[in-house]
Amino acid sequence: MLYINCPHCGMRSQNEFSYGGDASVKRPELNIEVSDQEWDNFVYNRKSLRGKHLELWQHISGCRQWIKVERDTATHEIFRTFKADEEVA
Amino acid sequence: MTQAFRIENGGLINRDKKLSFKFNGKNYFGYEGDTLASALLANGVHLVGRSFKYHRPRGFFGAGVDEPYAVVQLYRNGETEPNIKATEQELFEGLEAKSVNCWPSVNFDIGAINNFLKIFLPAGFYYKTFMWPKSFWYRIYEPFIRKAAGLGVASTKHDKERYEHKYEYCDLLIAGSGPSGLAGAYAAAKNGAKVILAEDKPRFGGSLLTSDVNIGNQSGKDWAEGIIAELKTMPNVVVKNRSQIFGYYDHNMLVMSEKVSDHLPSTKKYHPNKRLWYIRAKEVLISSGSIERPIVFGNNDTPGVMLSSAAKEYLKVYGVLVGRKPLVFTNNDSGYETAIEFKKHGVDPVVLDSRKNAESEIIDEAKNLGINIKNSYVVVAAQGYKKVKSADIATISEDKKQLGKIESIQCDCICVSGFWTPTIHLASQSGNKTKFKEEIDAFVPGQSKQNEITLGAANGVFSLDETLKTSFKAGSELSKKITENDNEIAIPNVVEKKSSQHDKFWCVPLPKGKNYKRFLDFQNDVAVSDIEIALREGYRSIEHVKRYTTLGMATDQGKTSNLNGLQLVSEIENKVVPAVGHTTFRPPYTPVSIGAIVGREVGKHSKPTRKSPMHSWHEKNNAVFVDAGIWLRPRYYKRGNENLFEASKREAKNVRTNVGVCDVTTLGKIDVKGPDAAELLNRVYTNAWLKLPVGKARYGVMLREDGIVMDDGTTTRISENHYHMTTTTAQAANVLSHLEYYLQLVWPELNVNVVSTTEQWAGAAIAGPKSRDLLQKLFPNSDVSNEGLPFMGYMEGDLFGVKARIFRISFSGELAYEVNVESDYGNFMWEKIIEVGEKFNIQPYGTEALSTLRIEMGHVAGSELDGRTIPFDNALEGLVSKKKDFIGKRSLQRSAFIAEDRQRIVGVVPLDKQTSIPEGSHLVKDDKAPLPNPKLGHISASCWSVEYDNPFSLAILKDGKNMIGQKLFAMSPLKNKVIPVEIVSSHYVDPKGERVRS
Ligand SMILES: [Zn+2]
Repeated sequence: MLYINCPHCGMRSQNEFSYGGDASVKRPELNIEVSDQEWDNFVYNRKSLRGKHLELWQHISGCRQWIKVERDTATHEIFRTFKADEEVA
Repeated sequence: MTQAFRIENGGLINRDKKLSFKFNGKNYFGYEGDTLASALLANGVHLVGRSFKYHRPRGFFGAGVDEPYAVVQLYRNGETEPNIKATEQELFEGLEAKSVNCWPSVNFDIGAINNFLKIFLPAGFYYKTFMWPKSFWYRIYEPFIRKAAGLGVASTKHDKERYEHKYEYCDLLIAGSGPSGLAGAYAAAKNGAKVILAEDKPRFGGSLLTSDVNIGNQSGKDWAEGIIAELKTMPNVVVKNRSQIFGYYDHNMLVMSEKVSDHLPSTKKYHPNKRLWYIRAKEVLISSGSIERPIVFGNNDTPGVMLSSAAKEYLKVYGVLVGRKPLVFTNNDSGYETAIEFKKHGVDPVVLDSRKNAESEIIDEAKNLGINIKNSYVVVAAQGYKKVKSADIATISEDKKQLGKIESIQCDCICVSGFWTPTIHLASQSGNKTKFKEEIDAFVPGQSKQNEITLGAANGVFSLDETLKTSFKAGSELSKKITENDNEIAIPNVVEKKSSQHDKFWCVPLPKGKNYKRFLDFQNDVAVSDIEIALREGYRSIEHVKRYTTLGMATDQGKTSNLNGLQLVSEIENKVVPAVGHTTFRPPYTPVSIGAIVGREVGKHSKPTRKSPMHSWHEKNNAVFVDAGIWLRPRYYKRGNENLFEASKREAKNVRTNVGVCDVTTLGKIDVKGPDAAELLNRVYTNAWLKLPVGKARYGVMLREDGIVMDDGTTTRISENHYHMTTTTAQAANVLSHLEYYLQLVWPELNVNVVSTTEQWAGAAIAGPKSRDLLQKLFPNSDVSNEGLPFMGYMEGDLFGVKARIFRISFSGELAYEVNVESDYGNFMWEKIIEVGEKFNIQPYGTEALSTLRIEMGHVAGSELDGRTIPFDNALEGLVSKKKDFIGKRSLQRSAFIAEDRQRIVGVVPLDKQTSIPEGSHLVKDDKAPLPNPKLGHISASCWSVEYDNPFSLAILKDGKNMIGQKLFAMSPLKNKVIPVEIVSSHYVDPKGERVRS
């Protein structure tokens, strides 16, 4: 079970969180023309990376904040965590 | 009854307390502190089971967790448990156990015929033989294999025992209480670190209990006892025996199974049977020791052949002789230690050492005691069927290829030592890439992967002095990092005998003309010849060889067999062992009872049960409840002998004719507040929300980004910046997360807050033509006329002194209202509604009537919003705004979603107006068409229409829009029904929606 450092609450076990997928995906702006390809990339196409991956988790049984977690998908090592509005350098 | 093989004195058992027990129906006794294995051996019982494949007689091979043979069915306190190792099961008064894998009895086992037909059961036999013909599998092969296989029978009764889970955090977790674990724990504890020390056996001390060493002028055992006693007094230390750490998971979380009650005749009141510990450790010290490995020779599975270390443990811990004429077969000095113990107790062993000349302090001691030692000698084969009677022995050439003349030697047990295999399971599970250590012919942990360190024998270090030094140091250093204390520990003096190099020899060649079975895996009956076949047939990867032959796949997970298997593969393949590699170590290290894994989450405890504030009223009024997610909701209120059908029909009819009241507390409720609340709703819902006035409710549909309907519900504007959103019961949590996702990540610029208020409000739906009359009586000071409170209107009211919210919304299609009060007043509200409603013939209605009412109105619910439908499919396209953007809108342009013949909701009526259509039935054009009959749609929900008094269903049907009036068939192979039906509008009752506006 992963041990995730919630930037709001501190170290918490994985069972307090729910997974939210790739954090690098950006939703297209509202009310703009979006091509089929762009939309498909947003809704469906994911890379399923092996290695370092920036992903979303929600601290659902804690502060309910969505956070970003930089994790290695092969080793499960967690490098850094970020608040939702924090820029990932 | 005397215990023929128990020595007069000695051992760590409590000779003052005799315990009687039963094995295979026969009475025996042992002592407190015995295991079932030691007590049986004390009584001279060596035959405990039959092997898995050939049903050969099986005895005891080890004395602990590595035991491959002595697996029994245990009976305790009216319960039974399979797959219990007799070597681990502590004796208690009244214990009963039986052999497994044998029928009709362990002494006369029909299955043993396999042993004589063994030519038919080589590696891969099942794969090759039971393939064809396919039809034979279910009728013949599978039942046969089931009957022949298995290590006992699981109970089919409810387990009365309780199992607990516990979460714990510590600075240093130590797996194993041998010298390394004790030293590490002591040093870390002295530095103030929070330490958990786990030992799987009942006694602490590991190898110190049986080894002949001296630490700080005390025996190893006394030193261990002193350390444990001191650790137990320290508040920062948890010391646990009978506790096996069986899994090393991500981020230094380890799981430990503590046997709280297995050693007792029955579990104490309020105690669990087992306790599962989830331990998050900052650092882990793996001091799990090592397991002796066998040397492979002919008939090496005969009862009486056992590990030399086990023989020593039975003698030193339990005071039991495993034989009176022991033969010790060794390739290293450990065998001598066992021989010396025998000799000290007046038994004359013979030692066969595969080495030509070995010199060491231990060997000198054996020689001085006058032990008969034969160098360059090996056991070629054990003789005897149910027990070793003699051994065929021979000299062996230096290259270990040639055997000398076979001689026979009388013996009643063969104690075998093929050197030591470090227990690296936990290190490997942590992700540590193991490495092969040439000097010991075994794998040891490599670079640490997580915060783990492996020391002592588990790390391939067999010198006590070195083990203590490194472990004290590690304990100090690991704890210093955490507590920043640095208390000096005086490292005690160690006196131990030095050993000589072991012989790199592990398998005795077959003598000419003999075809003895030489077993590698004793539990799965995998012999040398099986591995040879697998390699001959082209299996190369060790993982494939393992699965084809089942080597190491039994419940002992190959603890005594894996390394010898690797040696064999590498020898045949002419590779070195590290090139062959070992199979993956996976948790659990040893079998863990399912009860312990499940813990308290059984039956009703598997999820929380939520009840509305009116629950006790429902109970008192004969409600029959149904699970709705985690809520309990009244399904119907039983009157007299009514069944579900009759009661729900009565309740629904009363709504259509008078007035009914339904508990709708379970609906999800979310408070949406802030200056941008309307903007958020406008983006979340498919329809327009910017112009909704205060005091009005609106029905909305929300989509996922892929265009699929996520949920529906009404949202009401309570005040300028305050909205009250409702969701379906099932989707409440998901919708909240969904809103939080967009507010926190996608549109953080929106100034809105959302919070769940589901449990803050109790809700009652009042529905039926007389609902307004009732409402007027409930709220005499409010104008609830059609003008004062029009359809989709909202107002606040005073319910006999309680502040209430009144919504004019309808799910039943009737004139209807929903009244909300704060939860604490829920029951008050309900009782008032019932009391005042009496003169309007009010009846409470449950979820079954609720469904009937919504189905015949064509209102969609969870069975239509099933994660596969878009607004059009549910006839909700009128709610999809063309002007504004919203979540999922772009997906609605997908070609499948705009196809001419897109699926759509329809009504379905059986032609006979009698036969109810099972939910899930498929709609087909031709009931006689060959299979697979093309499916046009499926029945999503069925009811008995109270309006028309005939069955009515909703269906999602391909090209549903153009199918009205068509005749199809509803087919349910599950219910064996074919029903001719007519497709009608989904709005079966009041298609113009006049009633809700009346
Ligand atoms: Zn948090």
